[in-house]
Amino acid sequence: MIGGYLGAGKTTMVNHLLRHAAGRRIAILVNEFGDLPIDQDLIEAEGEDMIAISGGCICCSFGSDLTAALIKLSELTPTPDHVVIEASGVAMPGTVALSISILPGFVLSGVVVLADGERVQAQAEDDYIGDTILRQLSDADVIVHSKTDLQPNDRAIEAVESWLQAMAPQAKIVPTVQGHVPPDIILGLTGPTAKPQASPHADAGYESLAFREIPPCVPEDLAQKLATGSYGVIRAKGFLRDAEGNSWVIQTVGRRFEAQRGQKSELGGVVCIGRRGDLQAAALHGLLGPAGSSSHI
Amino acid sequence: MSETIVYSAKKIITMNPSRPEATHVAVRDGRILGAGSLSELQTWGDVRLDERFADKVLMPGFVEGHAHVMEGSLWSKVYCGWFDRADPDGKLWSGVKTVDAVVARLQAAGAALEDPAAAVSGWQLDPIYMDNTTLTRADLDRVSTTRAVGVLHASGHIMNVNTKALELAGMLKTGHNHPGIPLGADGLPTGELKGPEVMTPVGPFVGFERNLLDADEAGLRNFAKLCVRTGTTTITDLASRMDGDTVDMMLRVTNEPQYPIRLMPFRFFLGLSAPELVEAVVAMKKKATDRLRLGQIKIVVDGSIQGFSARLRWPGYHNGAPNGLWYIAPEHLSELLHLALAAGVQVHTHTNGDQATQLVLEKLAPALQANPNPDHRFTLQHCQLADAAQFRLAAKLGMCVNLFANHHYFWGDEHYNLTVGPDRATRMNACRTALDSGVPMAIHSDAPVTPLGPLFTAWAAVNRITASGRVQGDEERIDVSEALYAITMGAAYTLHLDGEIGSIETGKKADFAVLEADPTACDPMELKDISVWGTVQGGRIFPAAEL
Repeated sequence: MIGGYLGAGKTTMVNHLLRHAAGRRIAILVNEFGDLPIDQDLIEAEGEDMIAISGGCICCSFGSDLTAALIKLSELTPTPDHVVIEASGVAMPGTVALSISILPGFVLSGVVVLADGERVQAQAEDDYIGDTILRQLSDADVIVHSKTDLQPNDRAIEAVESWLQAMAPQAKIVPTVQGHVPPDIILGLTGPTAKPQASPHADAGYESLAFREIPPCVPEDLAQKLATGSYGVIRAKGFLRDAEGNSWVIQTVGRRFEAQRGQKSELGGVVCIGRRGDLQAAALHGLLGPAGSSSHI
Repeated sequence: MSETIVYSAKKIITMNPSRPEATHVAVRDGRILGAGSLSELQTWGDVRLDERFADKVLMPGFVEGHAHVMEGSLWSKVYCGWFDRADPDGKLWSGVKTVDAVVARLQAAGAALEDPAAAVSGWQLDPIYMDNTTLTRADLDRVSTTRAVGVLHASGHIMNVNTKALELAGMLKTGHNHPGIPLGADGLPTGELKGPEVMTPVGPFVGFERNLLDADEAGLRNFAKLCVRTGTTTITDLASRMDGDTVDMMLRVTNEPQYPIRLMPFRFFLGLSAPELVEAVVAMKKKATDRLRLGQIKIVVDGSIQGFSARLRWPGYHNGAPNGLWYIAPEHLSELLHLALAAGVQVHTHTNGDQATQLVLEKLAPALQANPNPDHRFTLQHCQLADAAQFRLAAKLGMCVNLFANHHYFWGDEHYNLTVGPDRATRMNACRTALDSGVPMAIHSDAPVTPLGPLFTAWAAVNRITASGRVQGDEERIDVSEALYAITMGAAYTLHLDGEIGSIETGKKADFAVLEADPTACDPMELKDISVWGTVQGGRIFPAAEL
């Protein structure tokens, strides 16, 4: 679920995502076509209500009926791996995201809200849209602080980030230029079985750490620690066992976490992703044991 | 030469200020040749005198500036409202006052169905009047355990369904975590579904499969019947999504020789970018006919006051609820206003809360400076909480208002006690202030939200009685002649149709509301009770009894 006010950079980020889909079949849902939701060079074919995108991705408009559009998507063969909903600039992304949960076959992977670093504080003061901006931020698991290259210096960037964090204490904040956010941050991690993918933006400043051998634990407690502790983790996904030997899947995004019973066949381990420098490798080692691999993406 | 027919009447209320009353009206080629005395009209040469209306009162055909064709579509389902309401065939359905009565009515409808798998669907349930008692899944299971059963609330935003319906939609399970899906003690949904997102997955199983913003053929015909029964000859569909197939269907149906109304559908603003929307509507305008006036846009700016989704200025909601929701970003609104003015496309904006109204006023001013159009008649629809300053500004900017007079009756008590409090509830839908501020004004039903019936709407604006029987906002009452103007010329003006309809005078369409009594001679409290014989539309005669 992608939210954020008009001009915050949602479309730019979505296009970046499509360029780095790396085999994922992504369905993008936008309110309406027309404002060039998809970069022209990515488009393979255009229909009245669907755009085919290279790499097996598609983009559909949902107008005023998101639920109907989602039901339609779930009937496609093959079904998309991920659905990215680009909410309208005034929508409350958390509310929209809730409605996903009632549809069979859909799992909410997270609410990502973009904030234009140059304008978001002024927008929050606006008589008309101020409360809308703040409610959107308070819905976020991850806030993408966009257009940081337009800020005069690092201090200005930090000032915006600390303001964002104060307005949305529940969210993890990632800075971005031109929408360059790793797909793992937006869509979620595929889990410890997948190899960390190579990225042409090796300098983008994210790091992921994989931990293979996790001793039996209380999965929910571990998920909570990863999400809310000071480990610099933006997202984590893992397959664990409890003391009785039951299999569990944990997922965290921002400060939100969940632990559910999983399949025995799944390979054990936990993958975490965070900003390079923020991700506390030593502390994570303490929590999860030795890291099996780490990569910069 | 075409035949000239002169109709005699007990009285003709023309709404033409230079000749307010007449005894005869002459019609040729579906248009009014003149209104006056028989001898005056005979000066046109050979005329045929038709005395069928000799004991009737004629008024200009009523114009409803804010309704939805959906009113016609909903009558294919079971009426479950609190108030008595007449259906398109003229049958009066008594209001249902208890859960048992709702269940019994749905049971009867179910028993009449032949297909054992068919759903039973009801509409217009309003628990506000039933001490907020809600229907449960168990209540609706008494209707049927084998058929899906669903009842849509009057607000259109809540639905109650039975166990079978939840089962069919795959929603009969524990673990729901959604404020729109209340759970019972057993952890399963209670059957109440709040909000369009949670209603949509169940809709197809309980007979609400279509998007209700799309007119359907049967609904369009039913809608026209309701119009004839209420004296309405021109009406809006505010708004419609209007895909190509729907437009073709609407053109076909409205052009049938016996289709009795002139319909003006406004294109809903969502689904296309601003430039594409304006372009599409300009193209659609070229397909317009006399009876299907295409080419306008409706923008929804905020939500509803009783749903706490309208955008209010300080001090906000009386019960402390957080401010409502924007349904369009201010920048998007501004872009649409600029483009529509430049293209000469009319825009009506839904604004319930006063902050939403203020936003439109503030965005329109610069758009007008950039794209001068002295006769745009962009209209603030509902505009329920506007204050005097906003009405004055609207008048200065050349805007019109269409106030929701019926709302005051149906939800006035609710607004007084809960949503906005005594002070603002008293000035809601301030017709007196609007007229005194010089802003062109219409009044409306928003059917199916409240029943279609321009005389009822006039009654509501004249008396300002709430459902509990209190007069709320004595100072904002208008007199009968002003109310009758609002449901004829007033509404016609907001639609740019005041040169064609809205009064009985030379050159205009021969559109009449045929009444059994004189609304200017009765007790204003009886305005809503005047019987409507039928209509004349474009010279064609439509007796309600023969629909």
